[in-house]
Amino acid sequence: MADKKPILTIKNLYKSFGALKATDDVSLDLYEGEIHALIGPNGAGKSTLIKQISGDYQSDSGSIHFLDQDLAGLGVAERARAGLGRTFQVSSLALEFSALRNVMLAVQSKSGSSFKFFKSVQKDADLIEPAMQMLKEVGLEGRADIPAAELSHGERRQLEVAIALALKPKAFLLDEPMAGLGPAGSKNLTGFLDQLRHQAPILLVEHDMDAVFALADRISVLVYGRIIAAGTVDEIRGNPLVREAYLGEEAS
Amino acid sequence: MTSALFIEQLLNGLQFGVMLFLMAAGLTLVFGVMGLINLAHGALYMVGAFACATVANATGSFSLGIAASIAAAAAAGAIVEIAVIRRLYTRDHLDQVLATFALILIFSEGTRWIFGSFPLFLDVPELLAGPVMLPGGIQYPLYRLAIILVGGLVAVGLYLLIAKTRLGIRIRAGESDRAMIAALGIDIRFLYTVVFALGAALAGLAGALVGAIQSVEVGMGEPVLILAFVVIVIGGIGSIKGALVGAILVGVVDTMGRFLLPQFFQIFMDNVNANSVGSALATMLIYILMALVLIVKPKGLFPAHG
Amino acid sequence: MVNLSRENGFNFLLAAGLLIIPFIAQSMDEPFGITLATRVAVLALAGVGLNLALGSGGLVSFGHAAFFGLGGYVAGILAHHALNYEPIMLSPFEINGTTEMLIIWPLAMLVSGLAALLIGYFSLRTSGVYFIMITLAFAQMIYYFAISWPAYGGEDGLPIYLRNTFPGVNTMDPISFFLIAYVILLLVIALVHVLNNSRFGAALQAARQNDERLSAVGIAPFNIRLVAFVISAMITGLAGALQADLLKFVDPSALSWHMSGEIMIFVILGGVGRLFGPVAGAALFILFESIFGGMTEYWMLFLGAVLLIVVLFARGGLVGFIAGKARHG
Repeated sequence: MADKKPILTIKNLYKSFGALKATDDVSLDLYEGEIHALIGPNGAGKSTLIKQISGDYQSDSGSIHFLDQDLAGLGVAERARAGLGRTFQVSSLALEFSALRNVMLAVQSKSGSSFKFFKSVQKDADLIEPAMQMLKEVGLEGRADIPAAELSHGERRQLEVAIALALKPKAFLLDEPMAGLGPAGSKNLTGFLDQLRHQAPILLVEHDMDAVFALADRISVLVYGRIIAAGTVDEIRGNPLVREAYLGEEAS
Repeated sequence: MTSALFIEQLLNGLQFGVMLFLMAAGLTLVFGVMGLINLAHGALYMVGAFACATVANATGSFSLGIAASIAAAAAAGAIVEIAVIRRLYTRDHLDQVLATFALILIFSEGTRWIFGSFPLFLDVPELLAGPVMLPGGIQYPLYRLAIILVGGLVAVGLYLLIAKTRLGIRIRAGESDRAMIAALGIDIRFLYTVVFALGAALAGLAGALVGAIQSVEVGMGEPVLILAFVVIVIGGIGSIKGALVGAILVGVVDTMGRFLLPQFFQIFMDNVNANSVGSALATMLIYILMALVLIVKPKGLFPAHG
Repeated sequence: MVNLSRENGFNFLLAAGLLIIPFIAQSMDEPFGITLATRVAVLALAGVGLNLALGSGGLVSFGHAAFFGLGGYVAGILAHHALNYEPIMLSPFEINGTTEMLIIWPLAMLVSGLAALLIGYFSLRTSGVYFIMITLAFAQMIYYFAISWPAYGGEDGLPIYLRNTFPGVNTMDPISFFLIAYVILLLVIALVHVLNNSRFGAALQAARQNDERLSAVGIAPFNIRLVAFVISAMITGLAGALQADLLKFVDPSALSWHMSGEIMIFVILGGVGRLFGPVAGAALFILFESIFGGMTEYWMLFLGAVLLIVVLFARGGLVGFIAGKARHG
């Protein structure tokens, strides 16, 4: 790893809400081709950290560099355009639009300006074909014309991934992609993410420990806003601090 | 410009602000607790003024008129809440705007039907008529001073009500978590009706108090309502404290703008032009103030939620 | 489930009906019918403007009267100066009045659009009730300014003594003026239809449904909304210019919040987000006004009651009633 340059570098990040230190001196990085899992008990500040990276929250101090670009001051849309592809903990879709049109929105953003006023998107092969391709990749092509509101929970998770794929991102931020999926669904998605890391590295927040241990190249453990341990799967498994603060809780 | 005149205008601004607070408090309370935007709040102001004028003129007692204004507005508020508003809490803001706009049409035209298009007159009570001498030799209408006093008392009363009483605890609980207060077994429908009627009563009181210095007519509540919106946008929607600060700010800035801007333009224009430019700009002043506040604090000075 | 062919059929009937009425009115020697149809066309156009912001973009603007009134004042002020042979300004360059609709319309749209750019810049930083109240407040600011500014009639308004002119058309002829308004209405509806189906329209509708999703794919909702708000205001401003020519008069009531409420009523009565919704809504409104307005001077009371019932029990408006609930492919 040392010879590679990180895609995403987070240094000494802080974020407080009043007296609560949600993010407390967090540093981590993400290298090409890897899955870096971020785990921690509920309320550890994982979501806050993701939102700081995605641009929903501006950090109190510290820096986030992405592909050598300082993200400070950039909003969500600008960071997405810079190449951060994201899925949400709770599916966030344009519910009236069909699955296809949800993905088309991402293709549209990727392929240039949204300030095109005359050409109809309904017949725009430049949008439809790539979007259809993404739906195929996640196995949703048969549901392309169904409004997102009528998709099942699992299908919505798949659709979120298809949208993120369509952005051709330089890094993925996946916030609990397994949440609410059954065992079969989790297994499918695990296989999928395993391949996805070769397209772009993944910062993965996940509660499903089987998935994390199966996928992660490295793991960072967040507790009370601080990273208490970071390392390979084996290092984290063997770390007594982690067992006490986190795995112990999970086991009991 | 004499300093006495300046202070008199400042007091006028304060009086205006206090009156705006009575309006804004109800609006912001209803939004904070029930999440409802109520355009018909100005109609309740009008109801208060008409009730006061009718009763005061019939009985000759201004105090009875004031009591009637509070009772009539609170009753109208409670009826409207039960008949219409209660169905709107779960609706989106567009539905709330339209339904309460419809209520304005009904109230305004209904009042015109009953009372006609001519304004009613309501005199300042004899006890409070005439000027009073303030320290520094400033003469000021006693009645306007009384309005400031009443507004101050209401502000203190509201503070005590919300901070110290059981109703206040429920109101605060309702603001932070509607599901929880229902889970506690508090009759939330009744609570909402009470809060709405309380806001209505304050609007009615404001209408009655102002009715004695302006005319009592159909549509009188609408300009005040929009100013009250500006007030709560500045103060932070849902915050009583924000409503108080915003109201005083808007009252004073508006009054002083109308007083000072024409004089300011006289420095480099002839009087006629200065007056028209100055007064036209003065009408825009509080909206510019609102825009400035929004640039710095998009959720107002005292954001109530988050 | 939406029935597209039924909605298209209804739209066609609406458009055809609106076109035929003035000719029937003329043949029956009832010129007032032509005026009513023209009012429907003009008010529907104002509604089409708001519908772009409200229906497609979910922006509950309660200040569209500002743009309607500004458009009207542009028509009024240009005509006023043209008739008095006084230039509007001399420095830095001379601007003269005009009675040419073809110059007045783009200017009306320009002024409304610029106002919307400014108002939108502040109000779109907020959402929900803040947006509603702030658009209302800014419109009110322009209203009070118009009342207190004496140069163009202040509270009394500004007459347009001769209806402005259009090359090759006698605009004083009621049918001809109706046709101008009608053709503009249909052209703008077609334009809005194209917009809604474009990439821009897709982004705008996504901003209404879920702005978090839109920004996560890299499209900033603020920019999309601001452009939509400006286009929406330009359409409503154009309607205002036509209204001033129809009435041969413009006054601050075109800027008042009642006007904002009425424009919103057209959209709601017809059906939010439906292409011809504002036409249906404006037609219902004018029909209601002519029927009940003839019976009682308190007809607004009944309008309020009907509106209340529609909001509480009949969401979806007339188009929704006929063609089913809206659904977007």
